[in-house]
Amino acid sequence: MVDVAFQPNSVAPARSTRKRASLRVALKRKSTAAFLMTLPLILLVGILVVYPAFYSLHLATLNKSMQRFVGFGNFEFLFKRETFWMVVKQSCIFALSAVFFKALIGFVVAHLVHNVPAKGQRKWRGMLLVPWVIPPAMSTLAWLWLFDPSYSAFNYTLSFFGIGPISWLGEPNWARFSVILVNVWFGAPFFMIMYLASLKSVPEQLYEAAAIDGANWWQRIWYVTLPMMRNIIAITTLFSLIVTFANFDITRILTAGGPLDHTHIFATWAFRVGIEGSDLPLGASVSLFMVPILAIAAVFILRDINKRGNEA
Amino acid sequence: MSRKKLSRRQFVAATALTSAALISAPFVRSARAAGTLTMGFWDHWVPGANKASTDLVNEWAAKEKVEVSIDYITSQGNKNLVTIAAESAAKSGHDIMAMPTWWSHAQSDLLEPVNDIMEPIIKQNGEVNGTVQYLGQLDGKWLGVPACVGSQIKGPCSRIDLMKKYANIDVQEMYPAGAPPKADNWTTDTFLKAAEACQKGGVPFGIGLGESSDNVDSAGAFFLSFGAQLVNAKGDLTVKTDEVRQALEFYKKLIPFLPPDVAAWDDASNNKWLIAGKGALIMNPPSAWAVAKRDAPQIAEQLWTHGFPAGPKGRFAPFLPYFWNIWNFSKNKEAAKSLLVHLSKPDSIERLVVASGGYDLPAYSKLTTLKVWEEQGPPKGTLFHYPNPYNHQTLSIAASPAPPKIAQQIYTQALQTKMCLKYSQGEKMEDVLAWAEGECEGYMRS
Repeated sequence: MVDVAFQPNSVAPARSTRKRASLRVALKRKSTAAFLMTLPLILLVGILVVYPAFYSLHLATLNKSMQRFVGFGNFEFLFKRETFWMVVKQSCIFALSAVFFKALIGFVVAHLVHNVPAKGQRKWRGMLLVPWVIPPAMSTLAWLWLFDPSYSAFNYTLSFFGIGPISWLGEPNWARFSVILVNVWFGAPFFMIMYLASLKSVPEQLYEAAAIDGANWWQRIWYVTLPMMRNIIAITTLFSLIVTFANFDITRILTAGGPLDHTHIFATWAFRVGIEGSDLPLGASVSLFMVPILAIAAVFILRDINKRGNEA
Repeated sequence: MSRKKLSRRQFVAATALTSAALISAPFVRSARAAGTLTMGFWDHWVPGANKASTDLVNEWAAKEKVEVSIDYITSQGNKNLVTIAAESAAKSGHDIMAMPTWWSHAQSDLLEPVNDIMEPIIKQNGEVNGTVQYLGQLDGKWLGVPACVGSQIKGPCSRIDLMKKYANIDVQEMYPAGAPPKADNWTTDTFLKAAEACQKGGVPFGIGLGESSDNVDSAGAFFLSFGAQLVNAKGDLTVKTDEVRQALEFYKKLIPFLPPDVAAWDDASNNKWLIAGKGALIMNPPSAWAVAKRDAPQIAEQLWTHGFPAGPKGRFAPFLPYFWNIWNFSKNKEAAKSLLVHLSKPDSIERLVVASGGYDLPAYSKLTTLKVWEEQGPPKGTLFHYPNPYNHQTLSIAASPAPPKIAQQIYTQALQTKMCLKYSQGEKMEDVLAWAEGECEGYMRS
């Protein structure tokens, strides 16, 4: 410490040295490194998600020509429209039924794959994931050709059994069935792979204990598998619910919302009103309407997961 | 004669001043362009048609010494509409933007008026049709220059053989190549009888009732031929009128003669229907014929493009023009106007039309008799009546004459085809009208 005694302005350098040292320490901290590494992603999310979200909130408060603030005027207008409530109903039918069937099929197929001997399992897993990895716009085009109003391959096949022709996309109920079917086909592999991962993490001893207690197949599923998979089921359901509610491409390509608006969901209706109809504020309001619905669903599902986490 | 000597001081001062002026002056090139002139043009589906546009722009650019950049933006998946909406929101983008039908009005607040160039263009090329005026003008202000690229009439394209065989109608005789139409008997009643006959013959007319443009355009023309307007030019609701009831009755009679799945048809369905040889008539520009010429030549040589049937209030055909618009935030307005004048010269228009194989239609009265439509075939003359050379039918757009911002909603929401479907599926006439009136009231919000 001798050299310090000879320095007249010793306080300032000491402070800056301390600062540099603390910066070095901060940089060495794992959390700082992690933050810096995720910073590009945070910025991207900020630019591509947060900004547009706030911009659409702002848009939703403007009049049609975007020159006047109207507060909740757009929502008041929407609530009086018959078509809007039809879209709300259809979005709920579409999302809830699609997620239910995706979860059910994913659960069943995950069990089937889980029981395939390890040697052939990778092959099956790969094949079953194919619908999920093909861009939906492309695979939906293939479905469109299968359902094509005039040249449906399904109708051609059914004709051999004396059935049809069915107007897959021209009759409201069949059109709803078709868009849900394609969504289930596309989304079920995601559930399958998540459930499969979850199934593999269930300790084998639990099944052995259940078997010793005389549990049958159903009881093993009900009392062992399902409780162990609850969190994964909840998270995948929430995730899929959000994605399915916001679905656009499948419905847009298959039916564009028709016939008679019977397959419109929030995103396709928002596009029709906002972009095609040159009414961006109303389109923004339509797409924002699902935010509270999904937020409520998210709160309930995540609260349940938290509760279970704390119990554990 | 006295000679004034330039002193060294004066020389230095003059040089310094000139240099300063040259450095500080903006870089102004010919045609008053500030930097690169950018344009977003519609991406043509006829192979080679874009090249004609590029060549014309480059020729102008070379002459005016202006840098240009062209983006061809497809209308597939409405990418052009999304781009227009994005540039409008950002108030930044291309200098010139090709906008279809309703978009000039939808973006009217952000467009540079082009009256100064439209007046000489009209003087040179002839008057524009009423639909172009309706879609391109607001309170006497031209919002854009009518573009022939992408502009089209969606009239009937019939099978010569099938119409003769099943409906006993000779479409070539009715619309002879090189001569005026003899189509006085080509009315909505004749059309219904022909539709029934062809349906019984197993080759129904392929007229869609979905929500895409082709479907809406046909319904719009039929509505107008009955005088049916949902909202009139003043913006008053006119849904509950006898004319609208008559139009719905007509469609109720027509729908059973159409393929059973027309409610799900999009803009490709009618093309496929005709090219596959399944139907005797569709409503389309000559793109279906052009594809048939390539993929099914035996069908193409039986196709004839002609006029719409006349209704009690006249003969109307759907016309969908494109416009070249200049954003008011463009920094190259003068250069953009100069280019649009170049693209609107009769020679330029003819080159564009020829490159599109006759698909593109000029909006001007002096340019509807170009040679290209006479020569196209097989069969020769198949497109002769496509550009409406004898003004035999009124060119119109669905939902007109409602104020364009309301009409755009009626059109986009396919209100007319939905009304036809609802009524034909058994809903009561008054319920359908009440529903449509409610919808129209909603479209009137400002």
